[in-house]
Amino acid sequence: MDAITPPLIDVRDLVMTFPRQRGLVDRLAGHPVQIVRALNGISFSVKRGETLGIVGESGCGKSTLARCLVRLHEPKSGRIDFAGTEVLKLQGAERRAYNRRVQMVFQDPYSSLNPRMTVRQALSEAISFHDLRQGDAIGQRIAELLDLVRLPGDAADRYPHEFSGGQRQRIGIARALAVEPECLIADELVSALDVSVQAQIVNLLLELQARLHLTVLFIAHDLRLVRHISHRVAVMYLGAIVELAETEILFTRPAHPYTAALLKAAPELDPARRSIVDAVRGELPSPLAIPPGCPFHPRCPYVMARCRVEPPLLTPRGEPGHIAACHLETRPS
Amino acid sequence: MSVTLATPSFLRAGGRRRLSLGIGTVLLAALMLFSLFPGFFAPYDPIAFDYQHLSAPPSLAHWFGTDNFGRDMLSRVIWASRVDLEIALFCTLFPLIFGTIVGALIGFYGGWLDAVFGRLVDLVVTFPFLVIVIAIVAVLGPGLINMYIAVSAVGWVFYAKLMRADIQVQKHSDYAAAARVLGYDSARIIFRHLLPNAITPIIVYWMTDMALALLLGSSLGYLGLGAQPPTAEWGVIIADGKNFMSTAWWISGFPGIAIVLAGVGFSLVGDGIADLFRKRS
Amino acid sequence: MTSTARDPLLSVEDLRVSFGTAHGQLIAVDGVDFEVGPGEVLGIAGESGSGKSVTLRSILRLVRPPGHVSGKVIWRGRDLMTLSEPELRRVRGGEIAVIFQEPMTALNPVLTVGTQIRENLKEHTTLDAAGRQARAVELMDQVGIPAGKTRLEDYPHQFSGGMRQRAMIAIALASNPSLLLADEPTTALDVTIQDQILKLILRLRQELNMSVILVTHDLGVIAQTCDRLAVMYAGRVVETGRVAALFRQPRHAYTLGLLNSVPRADLVRQPLASIPGQPPSPTTMPPGCPFAPRCRFKVGPCDDAVPPLVEVAPDHRSACIRHQDVAGAGA
Repeated sequence: MDAITPPLIDVRDLVMTFPRQRGLVDRLAGHPVQIVRALNGISFSVKRGETLGIVGESGCGKSTLARCLVRLHEPKSGRIDFAGTEVLKLQGAERRAYNRRVQMVFQDPYSSLNPRMTVRQALSEAISFHDLRQGDAIGQRIAELLDLVRLPGDAADRYPHEFSGGQRQRIGIARALAVEPECLIADELVSALDVSVQAQIVNLLLELQARLHLTVLFIAHDLRLVRHISHRVAVMYLGAIVELAETEILFTRPAHPYTAALLKAAPELDPARRSIVDAVRGELPSPLAIPPGCPFHPRCPYVMARCRVEPPLLTPRGEPGHIAACHLETRPS
Repeated sequence: MSVTLATPSFLRAGGRRRLSLGIGTVLLAALMLFSLFPGFFAPYDPIAFDYQHLSAPPSLAHWFGTDNFGRDMLSRVIWASRVDLEIALFCTLFPLIFGTIVGALIGFYGGWLDAVFGRLVDLVVTFPFLVIVIAIVAVLGPGLINMYIAVSAVGWVFYAKLMRADIQVQKHSDYAAAARVLGYDSARIIFRHLLPNAITPIIVYWMTDMALALLLGSSLGYLGLGAQPPTAEWGVIIADGKNFMSTAWWISGFPGIAIVLAGVGFSLVGDGIADLFRKRS
Repeated sequence: MTSTARDPLLSVEDLRVSFGTAHGQLIAVDGVDFEVGPGEVLGIAGESGSGKSVTLRSILRLVRPPGHVSGKVIWRGRDLMTLSEPELRRVRGGEIAVIFQEPMTALNPVLTVGTQIRENLKEHTTLDAAGRQARAVELMDQVGIPAGKTRLEDYPHQFSGGMRQRAMIAIALASNPSLLLADEPTTALDVTIQDQILKLILRLRQELNMSVILVTHDLGVIAQTCDRLAVMYAGRVVETGRVAALFRQPRHAYTLGLLNSVPRADLVRQPLASIPGQPPSPTTMPPGCPFAPRCRFKVGPCDDAVPPLVEVAPDHRSACIRHQDVAGAGA
């Protein structure tokens, strides 16, 4: 990947907040509106054809980020550029054109398909709404799409409840691919599936990416999967990116204590390597009350006085493209 | 060593449900047939007087007996079914369509529309439905058309309330988000995606509402505020017979039974539809 | 399972659970045998539909009608399936405790955590009120809930996900059970919290000399916490043995397939060896080995009869007639 070609997606200082619903009592008592800070100034870029993995735990903002990228949420501030166009300013037909180029596949196979539409109806709606094919060509295209995701042709006239979880995810992928996107955002694509089925879907994604030259944002909490599929990985914590690096660098030489903790906590498949020590202490703070300074400082084994007051910025860490937001100068062991 | 815990058979329960749906369908089918082809089923002319058999009890010649003018009750009940079915339909169709559309829009967009609608709902549910309808009919004057206007003007609110709640739930599902991400406009999302998934409780409610409308229409007919004589309507026929309850119970009795059976038919079909769609998800 | 010198604490023999439904008999558990020794952590691994959760629940007769349970569950020499309700209640919560996946639905939301702990103590111990309170505070400390005394008076919704799970463990441990049944206790938790809870369970196993049966679909969790493992597929146990041995050299095609479908560090961006197809529907089981339709080692005899679970190596049993070939292909 050369540094000369401009990135496909460029995100700058994205901020997203949600006001928390106040009950009548809170309003009368004059309590201030509590704000959930889902995204606290996110900046990163994605090159065409690469797979960026995004990992993090509850409250880190990864799903919110995905939804902002497809404009399901309108960010409070910040900027998203897609192939040079400012996405957040798009309206009407231009916005619809953007929707074609960036698609999303959802986590829950049981609610991401319209229960009252057959596969054929769902796919042809997408195809004809964007004027991609007409008449008989639509039927052909549907057969092509089903073949792409390795579903039998007779699946077209069946309803979602007739399929298993893994098959429904394939249908979801087919629906996303129906509009011929350049970028696919997979929000916890396989988290709700059995292990053996996960492998099938991951293989499918790898194959589709190679065939269709897709750019993929793979959002997950399973580090093993993310490592397997991504070129680069971003780690998020409480609304901020705390580290971003090429996959192997991140997994073998992480620069941020939270990344190191995540790696230690993820249960390894080797029974010989066991530890009785907690990977990280303390609870995950609520996004309503993000700790001051570095958001990780209450749980960090390397915490210094500086960390409690000064939020660290993302700074380069030696290897090309490796950045981390930490006041530590050495790597965590 | 086997531990068998008491087993109510699912199989039996399923059969029971199918039986009630079957009975309901038969009742409604009968109602429709009588409404469409009363001449075929009614043995006599409903307005023909038979001076030989005034206030005659049920017999082989007159299954439902005759009234004090000698008119065959069976034929009158059959001919009146058309009017009552009409009442059930016309009292509910406008509320169904208008309420569904308004409810869907309010459920989807929310905002100040929702606040205004909320206040309207509060107003409407404060008063008993029958009282409001009678009040409006009193202003407009008695008669079937005015009754339809009165019921529709208030009845749509209940459908809208139901639809609004359902749409709000569907709005947050992943398939709705997917539709948005595919670039579909709001109208398409509301009517092509959300509505079909929210409509089942509305249909079920419509069935029971038809039963209630039938009762309402008959009540108003009994009170003289609904169908006006000489229109044969079950409530009107009951009113005609109310002075003869102790001597000729069959004049009021059979139309009463007809109302009950029609109401039960609508309710059972409504339940059946609910069950049918519940199993599919 | 042949144990060496120790007697098993719990022994499950030929457990069968079926449900009568409108679509026919649904066989959830089809003849399951396993044992747990004292102080041992037994993992039960399987995917959805394998019957692992139903198995766990039937041990304490928690399966409701229209479920039909048969088989033996020998606990300390007595068959739990034949115990009267009062006797069973003494075992449930007292000698054998259970924790579930979703603390929010498993804990009573309208009672404080303290009340729920004290209730368990009242039922299963002879402590007086002061004794119960002291023990409750002790338990909160043991499970790592800070400010235990004050937190006793909080309701479940006032705890975060990980803390709630700890509270559930505290309630479960109140009467010093000898066996803890854990049904996917960490599946709903974040990775770092999951790690804390699993390590807590291991520490408690050590401190209290308690046995644990841990049901999960995550092979990594099994690798990190369990001593022995029973792999379930379509309602049957297909392989059992010591975790290290099974992971090093699985002897059932399903276990091998499962281990291969998990991504490994050295094969980045390569297709994973996935298992084709899906598990059979519980209402239509194939006549022979339930895994045969998806198995790459399948031969003719696999379809004839269900292969029995037999010993294929010391302390290692497998229900696969081609276990030799599987062992050769693995790791």
